Amino acid sequence: MIRLQDIRKVFNAGKANEFVAIDQVNLAIDSEMITVLKGPSGSGKTTMLSILGCMARPTAGRIMLREREITSLPERFLTGIRRATFGFIFQQLNLIKGISALENVMLPAYPDGEKRSLLQKRATDLLTLFNLAHKASAKIEWLSGGEMQRVAIARALINSPAVIVADEPTAHLDTKLSMEFMEIMQQLKREGKTILIASHDPIVHESSIIDRIVDMRDGRVVSPEIRS
Amino acid sequence: MFQRKSDILAAYLFLGILALGLIFTDVAMRQHLDAPVLKQRREIVRVLALTDLALFTEARYTRHPSMADRNTPFQDHPLSLEHFPSGSILALPPHLNTTATQ
Amino acid sequence: MGAFEKQRNIVDFTLSSLGRRKGKIISLGTVYTFVIFLLASVLFFTQAIKREAALLLQEAPEMTVQRLEAGRQGSIPKHYGDSIAAIRGVQSVRPRLWGYYYDSLSEATFTIMVNDELNEKPGEIIIGSAVKVRSAAGAENRVVRINDTFPFKTYDGSALLLKVKGILPLTSELEAADLILVSEKDYRTLFAVNNDHATDLVLRVRNTKELTTIATKIVQLHPDTRPVSREEILRTYEAIFDWRGGLIIVTMAGVLFAFIILAWDKATGLSAEEKREIGVLKAIGWETADILLMKFWEGVSVSILAFILGVFLAYLHVFVGSALLFEPVLKGWSVLYPDFRLTPHVDAYQLATLFFLTVIPYTVVTIIPSWRSATIDPDSVMRT
Repeated sequence: MIRLQDIRKVFNAGKANEFVAIDQVNLAIDSEMITVLKGPSGSGKTTMLSILGCMARPTAGRIMLREREITSLPERFLTGIRRATFGFIFQQLNLIKGISALENVMLPAYPDGEKRSLLQKRATDLLTLFNLAHKASAKIEWLSGGEMQRVAIARALINSPAVIVADEPTAHLDTKLSMEFMEIMQQLKREGKTILIASHDPIVHESSIIDRIVDMRDGRVVSPEIRS
Repeated sequence: MFQRKSDILAAYLFLGILALGLIFTDVAMRQHLDAPVLKQRREIVRVLALTDLALFTEARYTRHPSMADRNTPFQDHPLSLEHFPSGSILALPPHLNTTATQ
Repeated sequence: MGAFEKQRNIVDFTLSSLGRRKGKIISLGTVYTFVIFLLASVLFFTQAIKREAALLLQEAPEMTVQRLEAGRQGSIPKHYGDSIAAIRGVQSVRPRLWGYYYDSLSEATFTIMVNDELNEKPGEIIIGSAVKVRSAAGAENRVVRINDTFPFKTYDGSALLLKVKGILPLTSELEAADLILVSEKDYRTLFAVNNDHATDLVLRVRNTKELTTIATKIVQLHPDTRPVSREEILRTYEAIFDWRGGLIIVTMAGVLFAFIILAWDKATGLSAEEKREIGVLKAIGWETADILLMKFWEGVSVSILAFILGVFLAYLHVFVGSALLFEPVLKGWSVLYPDFRLTPHVDAYQLATLFFLTVIPYTVVTIIPSWRSATIDPDSVMRT
């Protein structure tokens, strides 16, 4: 699905606070599997995730998406591909306050100029899937933590992406909601989606549904363990 | 009421065009209604041989700018400074820069 | 259809985004509307007056001949008119007698003109609609009525009482507000003007193309004269409020400039919240161009709202409210001030110019400072 070759990411290159986030990374992510990036904070998990998700460009190295090189695609095309292929769930959720759950879910699809009625239906269906149809027009601030979590997941699914990327999804959730989250991920995997999760939460990497753990430390991949 | 927020903008745009239409209609209507009065006023100008409008009745050169010469604003002395407020608003009559008889 | 739908989507989000910053947008919008109101008012006012001037003064005499004495306007000998009347093309020559009279009680300056129709019955005057008088010091200036006696002080200090026979219609305010029409006899009693002299001579010329030639001949005949053609009169009023005319352009440019600076500071200083929002949008798949489009629509929306409201209010102000707010500026030191019941005239071209002169800078000023925030990396929300 996604292949990284000799990836290196440096921040503030050439300046006094130059910082190598990840280095010498060679990694292949298989489709229809749940891969977890594990490692302490500062290990480069988040950077890795953003490169895998085409949100950031590497300083050196190559990225292949479905065997197609995308390393030096201009922003316009890259963003379009990212919109269509990836759905992001952020650690802080990053939902936009002051607008409804429905509009939040529809936002990632706005630039594509799809017919409004179709988009709205798809968004409503997604919310129904997560039992949030009755809260569709409610403003985000009025939702509970778990409900917001589900809106964030619905938002990630609006463009029917092939890959779901989640950054520390369970960091602010209690056990019950964390288990719920993993169940949703399992369901999505069954539907043929590829899932990438960065997490240091044991609930995540001790879960039976994940297929692979990638250990990271100090910006390098330690041992790409494959769980059978 | 409105399906989408962009509908509100569209509605306001529509109202705006309506307002502009109202304005232009009012202009046309009032110009038409004032036409006979205008005729009467032109008659006054003609009979009295008026050369200026009574816009700024402060000073000679503001009351009769077309009759003014270069000296009039500096009534006592050529170097006397402009001191009437409406003199700052009035532009110099173009013919004071060139004369018709040159 | 996709492009149009995309714009609608962006506008949707822009408007909801503006709704979340209501306070700032309302205060900015109010200032913006006021600026448009001011500029449009000036535009409407000057356009209307210029139009009336152009229409009315078409009936002004084709040529007016003054005489200069020591560089200033002096009285002109009536016999100059004889030689001028002989010039080919001159239909008629008529002496005009007019001057200014300062009434110390009301502190107003009137324009006194001789109207030949009053010559049969000296002692009677016709006054303009704005002529007011004060009977005693300390009392209020009051409107003069027909059959009232108007007291004058002649050049040698003696009193001259004249009866008001008529008042010029209110509608003639713009051209005749401060006029007092008198008979020739009374004029000469009031001012010590030589019997053989007049203030100036007015000519009727059939063919206006000959005016320049006639003017040249007049000056040849009498080098101390100064002819003023109707064309020059019309151009004077065409230009009175011209943008080159000092105060008006400086004020308008200043207002516009100050507003742009305000907009730069207020409208575009992105708050932390706004920056975060942009970061989220970029993270979920919006391009830099989409963010800038959003800012563009933001500028355009506020502009259109302000423009429509400002222009509408300006129209009401000038053509229903008689340009009340301009009175302090225009009145200056005058005591007599016309009521400016102007016939509306709107020059669509100038209105369009105003539109582009305000909307474009405002929109640009909304977009440009957002450039930096719009170009942040999509993964920035993850890094914080």
